[in-house]
Amino acid sequence: MSDHSSSYVPSNGFTRWLDERLPIIRLMYDSFIVFPTPRNLNYLWTFGGILTFCLMAQIITGIVIAMHFVPHGDHAFASVEHLMRDVNWGDLIRYTHAVGASMFFAAAYIHLFRGLYYGSYKSPREIIWIFGVVILLLMIITAFMGYSLVWGQMSFWAVTVITNLFTAIPIVGESITQWIWGGYSVGDPTLNRLFSLHYLFPFIIAALVGLHIWALHVVGSNNPTGVEVKTKSDTIPFFPFYVIKDGFMVVVFMLLFSWFVFYAPNYLGHSDNFIEANPLQTPPHIVPEWYFLPFYAILRAIPDKLFGVIAMVAAIVVLFVIPWLDTSKIKSVSKRPLFMPFFWLFVITCLALGYLGAKAPEGYFLLASQLFTAYYFIFFIVIMPVIGLIETPKELPDSITEAVEGKSGKEGASS
Amino acid sequence: MNSILKNTFLKNTWKLVSLLTAMIVGTVLFAGSALAAGGTGPEVKRQEWSFGGFNGQYDKAQLQRGFGVYKEVCASCHGLKLLSYRNLVQKGGPEFSKEQALAIAKEATVIDGVDEDGEPKERPGKLSDRFQGPFKNETEARSANNGAYPPDFSVLAKARTIHRHVPWYTEPYWWAYDMVTAYEEKGSDYIYALLTGYGTAPKGEVMGDGMNYNKYFPGHQIAMANPLTDDAVEYTDGTATTAEQHAKDVTAFMAWASEPHLNARKNLGKRVQIYLLIFALLLFLAKKSVWARLKH
Repeated sequence: MSDHSSSYVPSNGFTRWLDERLPIIRLMYDSFIVFPTPRNLNYLWTFGGILTFCLMAQIITGIVIAMHFVPHGDHAFASVEHLMRDVNWGDLIRYTHAVGASMFFAAAYIHLFRGLYYGSYKSPREIIWIFGVVILLLMIITAFMGYSLVWGQMSFWAVTVITNLFTAIPIVGESITQWIWGGYSVGDPTLNRLFSLHYLFPFIIAALVGLHIWALHVVGSNNPTGVEVKTKSDTIPFFPFYVIKDGFMVVVFMLLFSWFVFYAPNYLGHSDNFIEANPLQTPPHIVPEWYFLPFYAILRAIPDKLFGVIAMVAAIVVLFVIPWLDTSKIKSVSKRPLFMPFFWLFVITCLALGYLGAKAPEGYFLLASQLFTAYYFIFFIVIMPVIGLIETPKELPDSITEAVEGKSGKEGASS
Repeated sequence: MNSILKNTFLKNTWKLVSLLTAMIVGTVLFAGSALAAGGTGPEVKRQEWSFGGFNGQYDKAQLQRGFGVYKEVCASCHGLKLLSYRNLVQKGGPEFSKEQALAIAKEATVIDGVDEDGEPKERPGKLSDRFQGPFKNETEARSANNGAYPPDFSVLAKARTIHRHVPWYTEPYWWAYDMVTAYEEKGSDYIYALLTGYGTAPKGEVMGDGMNYNKYFPGHQIAMANPLTDDAVEYTDGTATTAEQHAKDVTAFMAWASEPHLNARKNLGKRVQIYLLIFALLLFLAKKSVWARLKH
C-alpha cells in the first residue's frame, strides 16, 4: 500500500548500489513479498495470478507462431498447417495458443464475476475495475483478430460480418469500413493489418495489466466480507501465503488447460475453420467463438443493425459505470439478501445469452434473446441503483480478523 | 412497519424472480422441442476409432489399408496437397518403409524448374515432394466432375462435423460428455456415415442431373457417386474387403492426414498430466503446511 513504508534492506554491496539508483528490487519486494494481503481471500482470488499466466503463455506461444505465419491470403491457411505438420512440436504450440485464448476468457469471466459478486469495483477500487474492463475490451479485439488470421471460412466470414457492422454508422460508415479493410472487401490488406495489430495489442494489454496491479497495490485487495483492512492482524504477507496458494491453482488450471491441448484441441473450435477462406461461398451458419456468444446474442436480438451494434457495445460500456450505478453501502452480495437473487438471475442471463448466441435468431430463440438482453441491461441500469437504496443488508463482521476467528477468538485475544 | 414491508417485498421478489425464470425456461423449452423436431437426415452414429478419445492411437495397419483405398479409389479426384510423400514414412502414420514410400512417390510426375529452352521440366517424384493432385486447378477439376469440386483430403476429417438431434435442454449435457470423453472424431464419423450412406432416393425426391442420393449429405444430393463397393481394393493383411471396411480404413487414413501428430501428442499428454498432477499435489501439501503457520 502507498502509506506502507518499505521494509526492504539490501543484503550486499551490489544491491545497495542498485537500490540507490533504481530501486527495482525494493519495488518487487514491497509488491510481491511483504505486500499485506487480507488473510481471508478464497480460491476465487487466485484468478488474477492465473490470468497473468494466461497472458504470458499467449505471448510466448504467439511469438513462436509468428515466426512461421505468413500474413497473405494465399498462404496464411497453409502456413498454419505447415506449423502444425512440419515444425517440431508446432501442433502443440499452436493448440496451446488456440486453446489458450479460450482458457484466458474462461479465467477472465470468472475473475470478472468474482469482482461483481464481492463488489470489488466499489470505492476505492473504481480505477482497478475500469482498467479491468479496458483489458477485457482489448482481449476481445485481440482474440477476434487472432481468430481471423487462421484464414479459414469462419475466420474470413467473421471478419466480414464484424467489419460490416461499421457500415451501420450513419454517413461515414461506408468510408470507415473501407478504410479498415484497406480495399473494397476483406482481403490481403485486411489480413496484414489484423496480423500487425494482433501482435501489438497483447503488449498494450500487458502494460494495462501493470496499471491494473499498480492501482490494486495502492488500495489493496478487496476480500469476501467486503470489510476493509483495519489492523495488521487482518493481513498476511503475500509471500509465502498467496504465492503458494496462487501457484497451486495455476497448476490445477494447467491440468484443465492441458486436457484440451492434448486430447481435445479442436473441441472449442469450429470445423468450418478447417476449410480455407472462400470469399465466394458463405458458410450456412456464421458463429463466433464461444466466449463472444453472449455479445453476439445481444447483437442479433435487436432487429435493427445500428441499434444492435449499439446494444452490443453498450453491453461492455455499461461495465465502466457500474461503480456509480451500484448504490449499495456494502460490497459483498453474500450480505445482500434482496440483491442476491437478481445477481444469480444475471449469471443465468449471461449463460443463456451464450447459449442463444449459437442458435439461429428465429422464433422463440429470438424472443428469449430479447428477454435476456432486456434483463442484462435492466440489471445494471435499474436493479443495481434501486436495490442498493432500499435493502437492509445483513450485519457485517467488525473486521476481517473477526470474520476469520469469530467474535470469541477476538475476545480471547484481547483479554 | 417498515421492516414488515421490506420482508413482504423480499418474499415477493423471490416469488417474482422464480416465476419469471419459470416462464422464460418454459417458453424456451417449448420452442426448443418444436425446433428439434425438424432436423435433416438421420443422426450420425459415433463410431469406435482406434485413435478416438483419451487413449486413442492410430492403427498402423489400418492406415496402410486406408492409404491403399485412397490411392486406388479416391486419388483420381481428391488431392492431398498439404502432405508430402515422406509423411508416409514418419512415426505415428502408416509407417511405410522408405523404399515403399519412394516407390509411391516415383509414380507421380513433378514439374521442377525449366530446361535450357525455358520449358517446364518433368521428373519422377521424390520423398520430399508434396502429394501431386489429380487436377491442375479448380477449373479442370470442375470440368471433369460435372461442375462439382472434389475437396482436398488434407484437413477434411477436421473440416466436417455432426449435429446431434437432441432436445435443446440436454445440449449442455452433451457438451460436457464430449469434453470429458475427448470426442474429436465427429468429422471422421460424418465421413464414414457419408461413405456408407448411399441409397436410392425416396419417392418424391427430385434428383438433380448426375446427382446421387445420400441420406447423410446436407440436402441429400451429392455429386460423387458411391465410390466404395465390396472388394474394391485388395488387402494383403487378410482383413475383410467389405465396402464398410474400406470406408472405415480410408476414413482413418483421412483422420491421420488431418492430424498427423496425434500419437505423439496424446502420449506426451499423459506424461505432462501425470507431472502436473504430482506437482499440484505437492503444491497443495506445501500450501497446507505454510498456511498452518497462521494457526495459534
